[in-house]
Amino acid sequence: MTKAFQKLVEKSKAHLEQIQSKPRVRISIDLSGLAAGALDILNTFKDEVSANKLDVTISEVGGLGLNYAEPLVDIQNPGGPRVFYNNVTPDQVPSLVREHLIEGNPVLSGAMAVETRDPSLDIPTLTELPMMKGQVRIALRNAGHIDPSDILDYIAAGGYNGLNKGLFEMEPSAVQEEVAKSGLRGRGGAAFPTATKWRFLMGSPGPIKYILGNCEEGDPGAFNDKGILEGDPHTLLEGMILAGYATGASNGIVFIRHGHDTPIERTRKAIAQAYANNLLGENILGSDFSFDVEVSLVGESYVSGEETALMESIEGKRAMPRYRPPFPAAYGVWGKPSNINNIKTLAYVPEIVSRGGEWFTTIGTEKSKGTAILCLSGTIERPGMIEVPMGMTIREAVEKLGGGVPGGKPVKLLQTGGPLGGVLRGDKIDIPLDFDAMAAAGAILGSGGIIVGDDTVCAVDLARLLVAFCQYESCGKCFPCRLGTTHLLQILDRICDFKAQPGDLDLMRQLGNDMQVGSLCGHGQLGFNPIKSSIEYFPDEFAAVIEEKRWPTKNYFPDFFMPDRAKRNQQTETFSSLRRA
Amino acid sequence: MTSEKTDFRTTIRQSLTATQNGTVTILSSLLAVEDLLGYIPLEAIEEVASLTNSTTNEVWGVASFYTNFRFTPPGDHVLEVCWGPSCHILGAQNIVKEVLGTLNLQGEGDTEDHTFTFKYNTCLAACGQAPVISIDHQLMGRMTPEKTKERILSVKATGEKGKRQNG
Ligand SMILES: Cc1cc2nc3c(=O)[nH]c(=O)nc-3n(C[C@H](O)[C@H](O)[C@H](O)COP(=O)(O)O)c2cc1C
Ligand code: FES
Repeated sequence: MTKAFQKLVEKSKAHLEQIQSKPRVRISIDLSGLAAGALDILNTFKDEVSANKLDVTISEVGGLGLNYAEPLVDIQNPGGPRVFYNNVTPDQVPSLVREHLIEGNPVLSGAMAVETRDPSLDIPTLTELPMMKGQVRIALRNAGHIDPSDILDYIAAGGYNGLNKGLFEMEPSAVQEEVAKSGLRGRGGAAFPTATKWRFLMGSPGPIKYILGNCEEGDPGAFNDKGILEGDPHTLLEGMILAGYATGASNGIVFIRHGHDTPIERTRKAIAQAYANNLLGENILGSDFSFDVEVSLVGESYVSGEETALMESIEGKRAMPRYRPPFPAAYGVWGKPSNINNIKTLAYVPEIVSRGGEWFTTIGTEKSKGTAILCLSGTIERPGMIEVPMGMTIREAVEKLGGGVPGGKPVKLLQTGGPLGGVLRGDKIDIPLDFDAMAAAGAILGSGGIIVGDDTVCAVDLARLLVAFCQYESCGKCFPCRLGTTHLLQILDRICDFKAQPGDLDLMRQLGNDMQVGSLCGHGQLGFNPIKSSIEYFPDEFAAVIEEKRWPTKNYFPDFFMPDRAKRNQQTETFSSLRRA
Repeated sequence: MTSEKTDFRTTIRQSLTATQNGTVTILSSLLAVEDLLGYIPLEAIEEVASLTNSTTNEVWGVASFYTNFRFTPPGDHVLEVCWGPSCHILGAQNIVKEVLGTLNLQGEGDTEDHTFTFKYNTCLAACGQAPVISIDHQLMGRMTPEKTKERILSVKATGEKGKRQNG
C-alpha cells in the first residue's frame, strides 16, 4: 500500500471510530425516499435531536432499495444493535428518539430488521428480509450503509482499494485484462463486452481521451443508475478512474439528467472530495497517472442517452445521434477518442480489480457474468431496487423478492428493458436473468427496469403508452423514426378509438420493419419492440379492441392524456410575438 | 425601465459566469438560466450566444429542442405529473384528468390566474412510489386524484410563490 493511501485509510479508520462512538441515525434520502416523505422525517429528527440537546450523527444515506418500506430509518447506539424502522411517520419520531436514542431500547413495534442477529431482539436480520434474501450486492454493496457525502465513509468500507492496487501493482493493460477475464458486459442496453470496448480506446492516440459515464437513464421505470450515484457515488468515480488508467484516458465526464438533484449534488460533492484527497487530478496518490472528472448536465431528451447523441449534448448541442463511422473510440466528444459506459458497468470495476476477474465469473451464467441490478415497479407487493445474480429466474426476482402482485394474483405481464425493450407474458417469466435468454424471449434486460402488470392492465393500452413515449421522444433527425413513431401512434390511437382499419396490425409490422432498417439509432431501430411483443403475446386483447370494439380489462384510458411537443412549441410562438413587440 | 432591463441582463450574466462550474456550453448556460429564472427570456438567448460565441439561431435551436425549456415565466407553482409506464399502470391518467379539471386546463400550460403551471414528466425516477407527482420540484408518491387535488388546493392556499426545493 502506498504511503499516501495508507494515510487515507488510517484517517478513515479514525473517522469510523469517532462515528461509532456516538449514536447514529441513518435516513434514506434518495428520490424514492423523498417521494415517500423522507424529508419530513429528516427534519423531525433534526428538531428532536436538537430539542433534546443530543450528540448524534444524522446521516443522509442513499437507498437500500426497499422502496415499499420507505421512509426508512435506522438507529444505532454505540455498541448496540443497528435497528431498521420502516414506513416511519413524523409522529413516530419523538418516541424513536426518546426510547431508542436516549433510553437505549429499540422500539420493537416499528422495527423491520436488525443488521446482525441480536438474541435479545425478536427481529429478522436485514439479509433475512424477503426482498434481501438471495441478493448479491456488488455495485450496491455500500448503498444505504455509508454516507455518500463523506469520502472517508467509503474508504473505511474498503473504497479506493481497487484503485490503489490498479495504480501501483498493475500495468494499465493488466487492469483491462482483469476486466476481460471477468466477462463484464455493458449494463446500458446492448450488453457489449466492456473490455473489448476499452481495447478500442487503448488503441487511440492521446493525450486527451475521454471516459464517459452515462447516467442519462431516461428509461421510465429504471432508477438504478441514479440509485448508485445517490447511495455510493465514489464507487462510480473509482471505476471511472480505473477505466481511465486502463485505457490511457485523461478525462472523465459523468452525464446526468438535469432536475434530479440528489444524484447530481452527491456526485459533485464526491468529485470535489476526491480532488481534495488527490484521488483525482494530477499524479493520483503520487503515481504518474493524472485524471480529471466533471459532471455534465443534460436537459429533457431521451435520445441524449444514446452514445453519440450524448456527445452532442456534452458539447452543448441538440441531442441528435451522429452518423457512424467514425466511431467514438476514434472521434468522440470534442472530436477526441472516447469510451462510453453505463454507470452500473463502471460501478462493478473497483470490485473486479480488487477481487480479481476470476471472482466475478463465479457469479452469473455462462455468458452473463455478475449480477443484474433490477428496478421493480408497477403492480407489485414490494417495489424497489435489487441486485441479484444473473441466472436467477425472472419469476424468482419478481415473485420471491418482489412479493409478486398484491393479493396473490398472478403476474399478467412484465415490461422490461425500458420503452425500447419488450413486453413479456406472465407465463413466460421462468426464463433466467440472462442477456441472451431474455433477448431470445423478446424482452431485453436493458437497463434493468421491470414493470409488473396484473390482470387490470390492458396490453393494447400499454402498447399505446410506450409508442406515445417513443413518438414524443424521437429527436427528429432521421425520418424513419420521426415519421414512423408518429404513424404508429396514429394507428394505435385509432385502434383505441375503436376505429381500426383493416390491416392495421400488418401496417404496424411493416412500419416497425422500416424503422428498424432505416433509423439512425436504437430509438427508431428498437421502437417497435414493445408493440411487436405485445401483439405476439396478447393477440386476443388486440382482437378484442380492433374487432369487437371493447376493452378486455378493467383499466383502460379512452381519453389518453399525453404531452404534445407541438403544444410546447406554442411557447415559441409566444416568444416570437414578444420579439416582434 | 431601462435600468430595470440592465439589472435583468446583469443578473443573467452573473448567473452564467458565477453558477457554472466546468465546461461552459450553450446547453449548460441555458440550464443555468433556467435554474435562476425558471424560463429562458430573450435577453438570455442573446447573452448565451455572446458568451458561447454562437449565433442566437444556434442557441434558439438548442433551447427549443430540450423539452424542459420554456420562454415565458411559469406560474407561481409548477406541478408535474409522471406519465411513465409504472405510474400509468397505477393510475396516472386519472391524476392528469383530475389536474386538468381542478386547474381548468386543456393540457400542459399555465392557469389563467398564473398560479399554476402543469407539465408532464416522462419519469420522475421514484417509480417504486408510483404514481408520482411533483410540486415545485418536491416529489410526492402513492398519489391519488383526491390527494393531488388536496395538495394543489393547499399550495394555492398558502399564497406563496414556489421555491425550488432540494430533491
Ligand atoms: C435512444 C437510446 C437511449 C439510450 N439511453 C441510455 C441511457 O439512458 N443510459 C445508458 O447507459 N445507455 C443508454 N443507451 C445505450 C448507449 O447508447 C450505450 O450503448 C451505453 O451507454 C453503453 O454503455 P455500456 O457499454 O456500459 O452498456 C441508449 C441507447 C439509445 C439508442
Ligand atoms: S414511471 Fe413514474 S416515476 Fe418512473
